[in-house]
Amino acid sequence: MKVKSLPCCARLDSRGRLSLRELFGLIVAVLREIFDESAYQRFLDRGQLQSSARAYEIFMRESEQAKSRRPRCC
Amino acid sequence: MPRILRVLFWIAVSVLGALALATIALHRGEQINALWLVVAAVATYAVGYRFYSSFISAKVLALDPLRATPAERLDNGRDFVPTNKWVVFGHHFAAIAGPGPLVGPVLAAQFGYLPGTLWIIAGAVLGGCVQDFVILLFSVRRDGKSLTEMAKSEIGRVGGVVAYVAVLSIIVILLGATALIVVNALKSSPWGTFTIAMTMPIAVLMGVYLRRIRPGKVLETSVLGFVLVLAAIFGGQWVSETPSWAAIFTLTAPTLAILIIVYGFAASSLPVWLLLAPRDYLSTFVKLGTISLLAVGIVALRPSLHMPPLTRFADGSGPVFAGTIFPFAFITIACGAVSGFHSLISSGTTPKLIRREPETRMVGYGGMMAESMVAIMAMIAASVLQPGVYFAVNSPAGIVGQAPEAAATTIRSWGFPVTAAQMASLAHAVGEQTLYNRTGGAPAFAVGMAQIFSNTLGGQAVMALWYHFAIMFEALFILTIIDAGTRVGRFMLQDALGHIWKPLGRTSWYPSILFTSAVIVAAWGNFLWQGIKDPLGGINSLWPLFGICNQLLATVALCVATAIIVKMGRVRYVLVSLVPLCWLVAVTFTASWHKVLDPNPRIGFLAHARQLAAAGANPRLIFNDRLDAAVTGVLVVMVAMILIESGFECMRVISGSKSAATKEAPFVMTSLAMEEQA
Repeated sequence: MKVKSLPCCARLDSRGRLSLRELFGLIVAVLREIFDESAYQRFLDRGQLQSSARAYEIFMRESEQAKSRRPRCC
Repeated sequence: MPRILRVLFWIAVSVLGALALATIALHRGEQINALWLVVAAVATYAVGYRFYSSFISAKVLALDPLRATPAERLDNGRDFVPTNKWVVFGHHFAAIAGPGPLVGPVLAAQFGYLPGTLWIIAGAVLGGCVQDFVILLFSVRRDGKSLTEMAKSEIGRVGGVVAYVAVLSIIVILLGATALIVVNALKSSPWGTFTIAMTMPIAVLMGVYLRRIRPGKVLETSVLGFVLVLAAIFGGQWVSETPSWAAIFTLTAPTLAILIIVYGFAASSLPVWLLLAPRDYLSTFVKLGTISLLAVGIVALRPSLHMPPLTRFADGSGPVFAGTIFPFAFITIACGAVSGFHSLISSGTTPKLIRREPETRMVGYGGMMAESMVAIMAMIAASVLQPGVYFAVNSPAGIVGQAPEAAATTIRSWGFPVTAAQMASLAHAVGEQTLYNRTGGAPAFAVGMAQIFSNTLGGQAVMALWYHFAIMFEALFILTIIDAGTRVGRFMLQDALGHIWKPLGRTSWYPSILFTSAVIVAAWGNFLWQGIKDPLGGINSLWPLFGICNQLLATVALCVATAIIVKMGRVRYVLVSLVPLCWLVAVTFTASWHKVLDPNPRIGFLAHARQLAAAGANPRLIFNDRLDAAVTGVLVVMVAMILIESGFECMRVISGSKSAATKEAPFVMTSLAMEEQA
């Protein structure tokens, strides 16, 4: 399952606290998802590709339709 | 935590919330601290989330942690990806947060802070959060289907068509209204215009950097873009102080409107990677940062609200927009409390990322609570201003006059002290030539935000920088919506036209791209042009029209939700969606009636058209009013049709003449629960 590979599964410690490191990891994971970095990583993983200008171009072309149709809220 | 402590904790939160609500509602004649609004909102949201959303989860929707979501069943690593709930929450919030909750509350502050604040809090907890939550869950149970598809399959063909027309209309009117806000914020402002102009080459540079130099490093590129935008803000100060450069960037409203129209057309036709995507990243980056910064600023500074709880304009004679509190405060607040547009996000990207059904509660209900909190912050930013300053900035020249002294005298006659010298000093402090007649809400929000920020960090010396930072934030935000919205509208039009002539439906065929882009740009450009030519400031017509469209879309979403709840055999809980639905029907239909037929020319489109005709005004202005009336009328009739159709559908199910079958995807057991236990 993809979710296992996400570096974002912050957990509470035995006292019910979230460590700063985990909180930071969670924030970074949220930002990576919002800014499509995770989507690009999944694209690379799926095609077993190395990051390159060519790979990113293909990724952008693949996601262009979805990105263009995504409404921005008011 | 032991049960008794939990009970005591929630009693304490409820009492604190009630105390804060009583404070903001009952204090008269003295200023209150902005933190009371924050406490009232946070405590109410906490209680609403803990108890009301929990009730909806358990009793109405019966969220099932064992049922596999489409993200799990259809996982393709692209659209359908099971994702951590906090990540989905952030993604969802970034998608639903738009300029509406910032602008609407600022405009509604003309009634005083009380009506808007109460509606933002109550409307969100009982209406907006419920809508977002149930639509998200229903979409999750239907393989991520869109609102339009659900309306078609659960209500009928009319439902689908109405949802489609409502979405297209709202996009067009939203783009016209928000473009007008940008024009009003940038006219005669070389500093602001230069900063915003610079965001375009910065976005292109980001696009090239992202594609050629550091592929996929979006966060890094966004930080770089943000640094360049900050440099552009500093550069803007130099431009505004250099006469030869200032002359180039001092533009009139019509010139700015033409430039924005040309920009919208170009952005819709250019490749996504070159302009749309990098601008979108930059805008999101600035948006999240600025909202967080504003929250910190409010909590750190704890400003006092200068705006009274209720102003004399509750009677409907407001200068910012005409109309009484009911229904116009609700139409104006729109997205801060209930937003029909959110139902598109809740039935768009988000349902395809949800890992487990129970997570829809936090993402749907909780996401809207966060959005509503942004609206509370906007209300605070408007209410920290001296009321005289607020009305001087937000009142159109047609109401208060062009000359500074005349405008100040008019505003003083309303009981709100302000002088021409005070306004000139404020304009100088924020680096503008004038702050009069800047309708649209954005400049007033920027002044309020600059006041909060400059008192927190940097002092009065940097107020101009904070003001232009706020203007840049809003304009960047809105221009991103313009290019993305034009493109979305173009795709919707291409989809529809493809049924008439196939080549027009091909999204990569350039003649079709140019034709449909031109149609969409012409449609919103017409509303923008109408706004800048309107002697009443444009916002008086366009923002209520936008609010009506938005709330009508929410009506459609709640119709779909109600029909599905009935079909699920949970008629006894139907009030959860039926009450907000009835409220929205009352608000939108009353507002529509006023906007079309009210005899007051400042409210009714047709009365205004008659007044203009009697005065021998430009036929184009008369046509605009009639067009606004026609658009409102058509939308109301279409929503009435969907109401009737869904009403009949529900009655057939309740009476037993039709079986209560919903169109949910079949149950599949999740494997995630076992993986988590392991």
